[in-house]
Amino acid sequence: MSALTFLLWVAYPYAAAGVFIAGHVLRYRYDQFGWTSRSSQTYENRLLRWASPMFHYGILMVAGGHLVGLFVPKQWLAFFGVTEQIYHLGATGLGSFAAALTVAGLGILLYRRRFVDRVRMATTPMDVVMYVLLTGAIGFGTIATVAYQVVGGGYDYRESISPWIRSLVFFQPDPSLMAGVPLFFQLHILTATTLFLLWPFTRLVHVFSAPVGYLVRPYIVYRSRDAHRGTGARQPRRGWAGSQLPTRSSDRRP
Amino acid sequence: MRVMAQMSMIMNLDKCIGCHTCSVTCKQVWTNREGVEYAWFNNVETRPGIGYPRLYEDQDRWKGGWSRTSRGRLKLKSGGRISKLLHIFSNPDLPEIDDYYEPWTYDYDMLTKAPQGTQSPVARPKSLLTGKNMDIKWSGNWDDNLGGSQETAAADPILATMSEHVKMEFEETFMFYLPRICEHCLNPACVAACPSGAMYKREEDGIVLVDQDACRGWRMCVSACPYKKVYFNHKTGKAEKCTLCYPLIEQGKPTICSETCVGRLRYLGLMLYDADAVLAAASIENDHDLLEAQRSVFLDPFDPAVIAAAKAEGMADDWIEAAQNSPIYKMIADYKIALPLHPEYRTMPMVWYIPPLSPVVDVISSTNSDGEDARTLFAAIDKLRIPVEYLAGLFSAGDVAPVESSLRKLAAMRSYMRDINLGRQPDERIPARVGMTGTTIQEMYRLLAIAKYEDRYVIPKAHVETARELEELGCSLDTDGGPGMGGPGENAKGPYGKTPGMPLNATVDNYNEMRGGPTTPSSPGRMNLLGWNGKGAVDGMFPPAAPAGATE
Repeated sequence: MSALTFLLWVAYPYAAAGVFIAGHVLRYRYDQFGWTSRSSQTYENRLLRWASPMFHYGILMVAGGHLVGLFVPKQWLAFFGVTEQIYHLGATGLGSFAAALTVAGLGILLYRRRFVDRVRMATTPMDVVMYVLLTGAIGFGTIATVAYQVVGGGYDYRESISPWIRSLVFFQPDPSLMAGVPLFFQLHILTATTLFLLWPFTRLVHVFSAPVGYLVRPYIVYRSRDAHRGTGARQPRRGWAGSQLPTRSSDRRP
Repeated sequence: MRVMAQMSMIMNLDKCIGCHTCSVTCKQVWTNREGVEYAWFNNVETRPGIGYPRLYEDQDRWKGGWSRTSRGRLKLKSGGRISKLLHIFSNPDLPEIDDYYEPWTYDYDMLTKAPQGTQSPVARPKSLLTGKNMDIKWSGNWDDNLGGSQETAAADPILATMSEHVKMEFEETFMFYLPRICEHCLNPACVAACPSGAMYKREEDGIVLVDQDACRGWRMCVSACPYKKVYFNHKTGKAEKCTLCYPLIEQGKPTICSETCVGRLRYLGLMLYDADAVLAAASIENDHDLLEAQRSVFLDPFDPAVIAAAKAEGMADDWIEAAQNSPIYKMIADYKIALPLHPEYRTMPMVWYIPPLSPVVDVISSTNSDGEDARTLFAAIDKLRIPVEYLAGLFSAGDVAPVESSLRKLAAMRSYMRDINLGRQPDERIPARVGMTGTTIQEMYRLLAIAKYEDRYVIPKAHVETARELEELGCSLDTDGGPGMGGPGENAKGPYGKTPGMPLNATVDNYNEMRGGPTTPSSPGRMNLLGWNGKGAVDGMFPPAAPAGATE
């Protein structure tokens, strides 16, 4: 195992995962105010109305496909009667559809970012970095799918990439699995890893505030003035909270 | 019965002169920041007119408020919970910035930096969104009657609902001003639509607020509010709205729009209501019954059972007393002259209006008749269908009866008080015709016409007996980054713009601290002028006074 192999397929993914998790925890704790999708719909709606749902529904399908392809071992599916052939047809068919949706949506969104003045002016440098990586990851993934699965004879990533990912998850990394993987798959994985690395510092954090709780909460929310915030409009900033006498319950007066 | 208190407002539209002072002071206090340039928590509309944002009352288009299903249940007009989540990637009912207006500034630099030439330099309008030159085409009060509301008023959605015989001969008919803030509804659609649960109604005083930390910018509140009084801050990506100036209200002070109102037409006070009865009242079948249904939700603050229930809920005595003295209660429940804005949206709005009699009086006066004669006024109210129908479209879901009743009371007050002011024997038949007595008319006159400050604003202070008073007492050294770190840099950029040091928390305590004596701790011989409020002197501010008797 060369140093590069180790670096790319063990060290880097773990580093990215570490930053991903720690970054989200930290940002969630310290930057609630910055945690938003920062929608640009009020600037421009005609393109976004089509592109945003296309992209989002597409990428959700893509994510679902990745979950099945990467984390469900081949043998499990085979146990349920899903043969390699059925899987390949299903994955390629659904995958291509999802990819087409995603790529088309992303394309319109990118166009909008670049050529609609109001949207372009509201784009931060971090947005640009994020867009480059996102486009890269989706682009390489699509190329790999088209080149190997649709046109080519089919590359069985469930023998190489999937076990490699699972080996990382179970903390028994086996980078040798990635040795023979075609270049576009490798590029796809590396850009995606980089995207995950930067994820917590971009607007992509909004993925983790998907409001599923809305389905079950009562419509009208009441909150007490005192319950959450004390008497202030917001809590003192970190490091600036007033000092308080540490108390033990036994010290309290009856 | 679950007794809750609601801080509410009533505006007496007869007195509004459309000066926009409320809008301007509100803007200075709350929305003079990046991202909310276009947000007018308070705006004043010329009616008939299309309002701000344009045509916001057209709920076929914007799907604001609630609708009643055939099974008698309330549903957000823009769709249920699942539909909301499915549309989360693109809100189909969201107004674009152009439905408000493109915010702009002027490049004032040109005025001082332009090279010398034959022409005077001009500060051109620049878009705050794109930075480019722009033509100003619309703004918060672009359809003001002084700005040419005749051009656009025909598009008013209320006119569209009125009978066909109404012709829009604007100058010959009538106009009035309608100041609007957030309604702080009892059944707020914005709160119900928020996927993140970031919007809430305060238990203590019913003020509807957005938790800026919990808001994730899904924008459902903007479209769900039928009054379009939730604004999307396009820089921070969070929703913002009228706060009813809660830091002032907590202090027992009126909101900034009320305080600065030139016409002194705003009233603030508590209403007690039964929170358990709200949903049923808002779900009543017939739109015309909604006004009465909302009235039935309010509780009589003099009723011993209500007082006992309020105390059981932990309401303090001074709050109950404030509810008893509330000018709002008098006008809504006793005199029944105030009406809600668009009850048919079923949000149970809590900023009510006294409909304007002046359009009627104007018409009478223009025919050289006596605009203060009770019989003439009553006849005119019956006869002048256009203003009454229009007002009914605004304030009672199209039912003319409540508007007529309210206008007749105002007319009765007008002519009854004229006799008194002219030293004549008051005619007791006039109040009797509107079901009132001379005494109540005089009380109402005192509240509406004399409108003393302490009668207009009956605001109990918030209770802060939670021993947190000292929590936020700031030290003058508490600047961001700390004194040893040089304080905030040149590029310090917070959600509230560039501020020296830490943004002051808007709290009761802070307010007291700021307006009391010079409380900022000063070290001997030194004094922080930033913390000085201009009252009194502190040690070290001036050189020691010369001893008495000493001469130069």
